[in-house]
Amino acid sequence: MELESMTALELAKKIKQRQVSVLDGVKSVFARIEKREDRVHAYLDTYRKEAYTRARQVEKGIADGTYTGPLAGVPIAVKDNICIKGKTTTCASRILENFVPQYNAEVVDRLEKAGMIVIGKTNMDEFAMGSTTETSAFGVTRNPWDPGHVPGGSSGGSCAAVAAEEAFLALGSDTGGSIRQPSSFCGVTGLKPTYGTVSRYGLVAYASSLDQIGPIGKNTADCAALLEVIAGHDPKDSTSIKREDLDFSASMTGKIVGMKFGVPTEYLAAGLNPEVKDAFMEALKILTQMGAIVEFFSMKTTEYMIPAYYIIASAEASSNLERFDGVKYGYRATDYEGLHDMYRRTRTQGFGEEVKRRIMLGSFVLSSGYYDAYYLKALRTKALIKREFDQAFEKYDVILAPAAPYTAPELGKSLQDPLAMYLGDIYTVAVNLCGLPGISVPCGKDESGLPIGIQMIGDCFQEKKILRAAGAFEKGRGDFGTAKMGGDRG
Amino acid sequence: MAKQIDDETMENVCILAKLSLTEEEKEKAKADMQKMLDYVDKLDELDTSGVEPMSHIFEDENVFREDVVTNGDNREAMLANAPKKKEGQYQVPKTIG
Repeated sequence: MELESMTALELAKKIKQRQVSVLDGVKSVFARIEKREDRVHAYLDTYRKEAYTRARQVEKGIADGTYTGPLAGVPIAVKDNICIKGKTTTCASRILENFVPQYNAEVVDRLEKAGMIVIGKTNMDEFAMGSTTETSAFGVTRNPWDPGHVPGGSSGGSCAAVAAEEAFLALGSDTGGSIRQPSSFCGVTGLKPTYGTVSRYGLVAYASSLDQIGPIGKNTADCAALLEVIAGHDPKDSTSIKREDLDFSASMTGKIVGMKFGVPTEYLAAGLNPEVKDAFMEALKILTQMGAIVEFFSMKTTEYMIPAYYIIASAEASSNLERFDGVKYGYRATDYEGLHDMYRRTRTQGFGEEVKRRIMLGSFVLSSGYYDAYYLKALRTKALIKREFDQAFEKYDVILAPAAPYTAPELGKSLQDPLAMYLGDIYTVAVNLCGLPGISVPCGKDESGLPIGIQMIGDCFQEKKILRAAGAFEKGRGDFGTAKMGGDRG
Repeated sequence: MAKQIDDETMENVCILAKLSLTEEEKEKAKADMQKMLDYVDKLDELDTSGVEPMSHIFEDENVFREDVVTNGDNREAMLANAPKKKEGQYQVPKTIG
């Protein structure tokens, strides 16, 4: 097997056994980047030279016992809304085109302490606002399974990099499905942790009450191992939670006999593509055959999830993105008359259409006269949604849902109708509203061979349950295969 | 029936959002927002009387720390990304006549 086709844990094990050098692993992903990146465009920037230097350091560190963790020596890609000191962090936006952070995000420090090697920054929807990675100001990313299709979004670059084997692992961020949906579209595994599990320090904020950073990998075990690296209390993030139960990998026993799974019937109603539904039902069968109990139940708040989510997310976005005013960092317009004109021109020229749309919606729902009718109403709705999930988790260990109602759309087909695009987030947004952990695992393919993912949702702090379920499901499912890109260069 | 977005409301939104749109862009933004508001109006069907707005999913708890300075002088780092700076400060257009 070629090095780049190994899982992250397999690579790290070979490194530990000295069968493979750290540099070999790094070289293998750069060789793959060379072969495929012109067709995928997963990355906005790569750091070959630094990665080679760092590989030699890590090699020494492993030998002298500095790095002992299970992912030491593994190359990783980082979504471009996560700050790395000295490395341009653009959020795929013109307004941050030249922004060079002066500090590391907490997760980046943790990657370094674990002996991992950051190889580059990945493309995304501008400020993580979008579901296709097409709102990036720096060009689209293509789905490695079919370059005519989008990778999903907003962490489309990270998922495409892992799917194309241009990275062993990647970090993404998930505000309304931005890890889980592109993971589903790209046939990889992605996990959104319980709110507060991973520090948001150094993650450029979109909607602070919903944002979480999470792992994207080739399988569940890799995601669990990476989650162990990045999770943990951080005093620099006041919403960070002190958790003790962070030994996620240990939960993957492979056993799900007697585990109770619930499926909201509303999730299977109109709007769900029949091929996705078939693959999902097939996955339920696998779980049942493995001894799990699968039941259907009603989630009555389903149709209110997207309206509540878009009001809350846009409101928070409008407030968070106020900081981009051309004063402290980022782009500043060149022609202006006075301070306020500078703000307006800077923002108008620097932000893309989707970002402006959400800032305007957010400004409106928070404005005097409409705050109660829209923003508070959405927060009340959120309370009801949370209540319904709480009730469901009294009965079930894990809630199952498709990750998205359809497979990856063709490039260029989604942005004309923003509302239609938002409706595609039906199965993912409630997880963020309620702070829950969720994982997307590949479960099938449509007729044209595009991947389909099943989402496993746990109650707050129950990552171990969804990892156990996902790991067992993977075994029952068997090998999923990888994107075969014909005509690799070189 | 959702609130109808008129030109005045749109103007106010642009002021709040600190954006200056052309007439054409404004018309499109108005239509987009109208469509979205008509859609989110769905929430009106839901009886939320007596339900407290939930801003944070975990119990609100303040996070305190001792009031001690832990960071050093980061002036250079903080100014490193400034589009314009002068004498160790951010430079902005003249605001007082």
